Amino acid sequence: MSGFRLDRGGRIDRSRPISFSFDGVTYQGFAGDTLASALLANGVKLFGRSFKYHRPRGLLGAGSEEPNALVSVSRGPGRHTPNLRATAVEIYDGLTATSQNRWPSLKTDIGAINDRLGMFLPAGFYNKTFMWPRSFWDKLYEPLIRRAAGLGEAPSEEDPDHYGAVYAHCDLLIVGAGPAGIDAALEASGTSKRIVLIDEQDEPGGGALDDPALWPWLKESLKDLAAAPNVTVLNRTTAFGYYHDNFIGAVERLTDHLTDVGSGSREQLWRIRAGEVILAQGAIERPLVFAGNDVPGVMLASAAKTYLLRHGVAVGRAVALMAAHDSGWRDAFAHARAGVAVTAIIDVRETVAPALTGEAAELGIPVRLGHSVIRVHGRHAVKAITAARNDGTGHARIACDALLMAGGWTPSVHLWSHSKGSLAWSDELGAYVPDRPNEKVRCVGAGSGKWNCGSGLVIDALPTPRDPSRIKAFVDFQNDVTAKDIHLAVREGFKSIEHIKRYTTTGMATDQGKTSNLNGLQIAAQALGRHVTEVGLTTFRPPYTPQTFGALAGHAQGALFQPTRKTCIDGWAEEQGAVFELVAQWRRARYFPLAGEDMLAAVNRECRAVRSSVGIFDASTLGKIEVVGPDAAEFLNRMYTNPWKALEPGRCRYGLLLKEDGFITDDGVSARLAPDRFHLTTTTGGAARVLNMMEDYLQTEWPDLDVWLTSTTEQWAVIALQGPLARKLLEPLVEGIDLSPEVFPHMAIREGTICGVPTRLFRVSFTGELGFEINVPAAYGRALWERLMIAGAAHGITPYGTEAMHVLRAEKGFIIVGQDTDGTVTPYDAGLDWAVGKKKPDFVGKRSLARPDIAALGRKQLVGLLTDDPAVVLEEGSQIVADPTQSIPMKMIGHVTSAYWSEALGRSIALALVAGGQGRMGEVLHIPTPGQTFTATVSPMVFYDPQGERLNV
Amino acid sequence: MRRPPPLWRTEMLLIHCPYCEEQRAEIEFAYAGEAHIARPPDPAALSDEDWTQYLFIRSNPRGRHHERWRHTHGCGRFFNAVRDTATDKFEVTYKAGELRR
Repeated sequence: MSGFRLDRGGRIDRSRPISFSFDGVTYQGFAGDTLASALLANGVKLFGRSFKYHRPRGLLGAGSEEPNALVSVSRGPGRHTPNLRATAVEIYDGLTATSQNRWPSLKTDIGAINDRLGMFLPAGFYNKTFMWPRSFWDKLYEPLIRRAAGLGEAPSEEDPDHYGAVYAHCDLLIVGAGPAGIDAALEASGTSKRIVLIDEQDEPGGGALDDPALWPWLKESLKDLAAAPNVTVLNRTTAFGYYHDNFIGAVERLTDHLTDVGSGSREQLWRIRAGEVILAQGAIERPLVFAGNDVPGVMLASAAKTYLLRHGVAVGRAVALMAAHDSGWRDAFAHARAGVAVTAIIDVRETVAPALTGEAAELGIPVRLGHSVIRVHGRHAVKAITAARNDGTGHARIACDALLMAGGWTPSVHLWSHSKGSLAWSDELGAYVPDRPNEKVRCVGAGSGKWNCGSGLVIDALPTPRDPSRIKAFVDFQNDVTAKDIHLAVREGFKSIEHIKRYTTTGMATDQGKTSNLNGLQIAAQALGRHVTEVGLTTFRPPYTPQTFGALAGHAQGALFQPTRKTCIDGWAEEQGAVFELVAQWRRARYFPLAGEDMLAAVNRECRAVRSSVGIFDASTLGKIEVVGPDAAEFLNRMYTNPWKALEPGRCRYGLLLKEDGFITDDGVSARLAPDRFHLTTTTGGAARVLNMMEDYLQTEWPDLDVWLTSTTEQWAVIALQGPLARKLLEPLVEGIDLSPEVFPHMAIREGTICGVPTRLFRVSFTGELGFEINVPAAYGRALWERLMIAGAAHGITPYGTEAMHVLRAEKGFIIVGQDTDGTVTPYDAGLDWAVGKKKPDFVGKRSLARPDIAALGRKQLVGLLTDDPAVVLEEGSQIVADPTQSIPMKMIGHVTSAYWSEALGRSIALALVAGGQGRMGEVLHIPTPGQTFTATVSPMVFYDPQGERLNV
Repeated sequence: MRRPPPLWRTEMLLIHCPYCEEQRAEIEFAYAGEAHIARPPDPAALSDEDWTQYLFIRSNPRGRHHERWRHTHGCGRFFNAVRDTATDKFEVTYKAGELRR
């Protein structure tokens, strides 16, 4: 035996040595080792420091349930993965792993002082102690506590890996490729069913991997499954969540076990829809609760057996067993047969099956029935244990360097519970087992509570003669919760397990209490003097084990996070060096800087051009809906606040759309093309929402109306020409439309051609200038734009972006729904009384406008704000107060919704929602900001050309 | 910028569209609130309390819930469904305008 590696046995490949490092020390292992088994083979027992007390911790388990041995694995910049369970990390040449939550080193950890102060750190300690002063919490207490108690460090660089995603559909999904899962797959493989069998480990087999007697069966079975064309076996794949209608999320780890990760995906997210699901997740052994049960070297008996028989590693040179269940005896016998000294079998039960004691005698193992371990000697590793009779007498010190615990088994019902299957308590097993399914699913094998590894005693904690308030007997290893903490919670009045869980944090760590929940439950039940089933059960939630954000995000990151919608003119803007902004999902040109211009200079120049000559603007993102049918006018009349029936074909109207609650939800100019045809426009962001709302009313409230709604947003390119020279520019390019103001007034629409392209030409203005919006089929948009740029050169045509558009509209007091309104603004609040058809008997939202709260005085109303210092542009969102001398917290009476530098006025302007605003004209209000309080005077909303004379030219 | 919800929360249910007569993943559908709440024919005739009742008050049961869905990324039709809010199981879906099930 070299180190703790046995001379023979195990499934490791001794011909393939592997070199890796842990905390800077290089070790050797073999292919087939986990980081845990390889370090154990090298004699490493100390794997980490506990979360709260910084106690030295070793391995508790051998699989994904491991609560203690959390490590970080680094593969270079951005490839740092914290909080991996060493028991589930496969080693590869060059693996670099480090321990966590220790400083300056794992062996010498300053934070371990918390362990000595343990009696001052009970459950709820932080909440009780760091209450005052409140202001210290964010800046001092919390960061300190977080630094002292923690997991690994999150990576700080961007993740260079990419992550795949795949959908799968199958008739039968089997989760867990242990004997039960493999049997289920074999049984179904003869049918025509498409079968997927997934398993979280690097090789299928589950419990069979620990049992050499089953290896020939396993080999044959896997060969049969591989030959079956209808069976897909996925290794290294964790089913992390079970969702409705047999929808299962699973992550397949593709490269984490490789030295050379290549260029493929690191992980792949499987979204599996299964006709039927078989859960064969197995069972997890339960620790026993006694003083010192967390000293490195104390571990689950089943885990020790895994290391022994699967990895060929002895967990100690002299091991002892503390059992409450028969299965531990068999694990101890396996050690004895493999040549590992077993110094004692201690069982809390007074009697066990004679076969067990007989076999122990044969193997020469001393047995102590009716005994319990009451003390573990050693701090960084087990040196010996003290056992006593259950009545507290007869102390005996037993030498050993590893202590196996066998507390019985807990079926893994996590996925079953995700699927909302019900659970039933089994007194015999001391565990919850699957009861009634909620989906087409069944459990098989140990996960269903059926196993043949003997029986045991269900016990909340081992008896001890020691003062229970002075010992640390751990229940939740990862969150450092002891039996004492749960008793304290009960003494302090917590009765529901949900509350006890949150107060003590038992079961709330990244292992989700896989090894701790039932012990915690039974201790709580015992302390409350009630049956376990009366205490309740906490909820299992996905993910079964922690998954990377990368796997869940998949390709939905960066440019692929969501689609970027581009207009047909976007490419031109990009070539001109436009600065873009996102509006809803649209990418829009914000401004077009010339060499040396900043945003303000560019926007000022663009605004000057619109006010003095002509500007050109890509308005293609406007939502557009074609409303057609004999009842089209009646329909719009019911939807919008204003009257539509009398609108003549060829004319446009500003439409204001409320929700039924009376609040503004959208607006836009719409045109009547014919008695039965309207061209609606909506806000850029509201297009889909408005169409959905209109379809809702049309389909469900007024199905008798004969109207068709069609989204035409992407069918039309819209080019706005705005400015006093707009008509002069257009005239020579348009055919079939008389542009003269007498026959084509403001708010009218004409159809004809422009540069030979059919157009719907709107005479409308969102700037206050003479303006046209040219709609042409989208495919012609860019060509027309370029023709207009050439033709407009003589008129000083200037492209402008959304920023100038905002300034120009704000100068005219035109609102932006969603910026100047926020879902609580009525037409009256927004000063749009004129747009409400008061004679109409009904429209969507009308009745709500008469609700007392809507009609009440003092509502926030939209007004203009002029800063006393004309150079100050207020920050949008700034809060407004009436009296700046009042004490903090001040009474806020509103906020700034829009604020810009107005080049036309040579000063700043702002719009604001202010309580009773329309009654405060001329009043001076105050805008406190960090460092300075500004003053501003309430004004009307229209700052520029209030008579609208510039429109009528 | 509105962020899409995590995928597995929007695609897990299978919903039968009574117009398409197909069972499709939830991601094609949009929830549209409680069903069988008709807009009063003459809102002006309602008292403030009655209007408030129509506008805001919903049954929010644990168990059988009548609700509306829209096959947004399919046929575009609104339809009704009975779903158990405790188990999330759909009991039945039926066309708009049909009697309450």
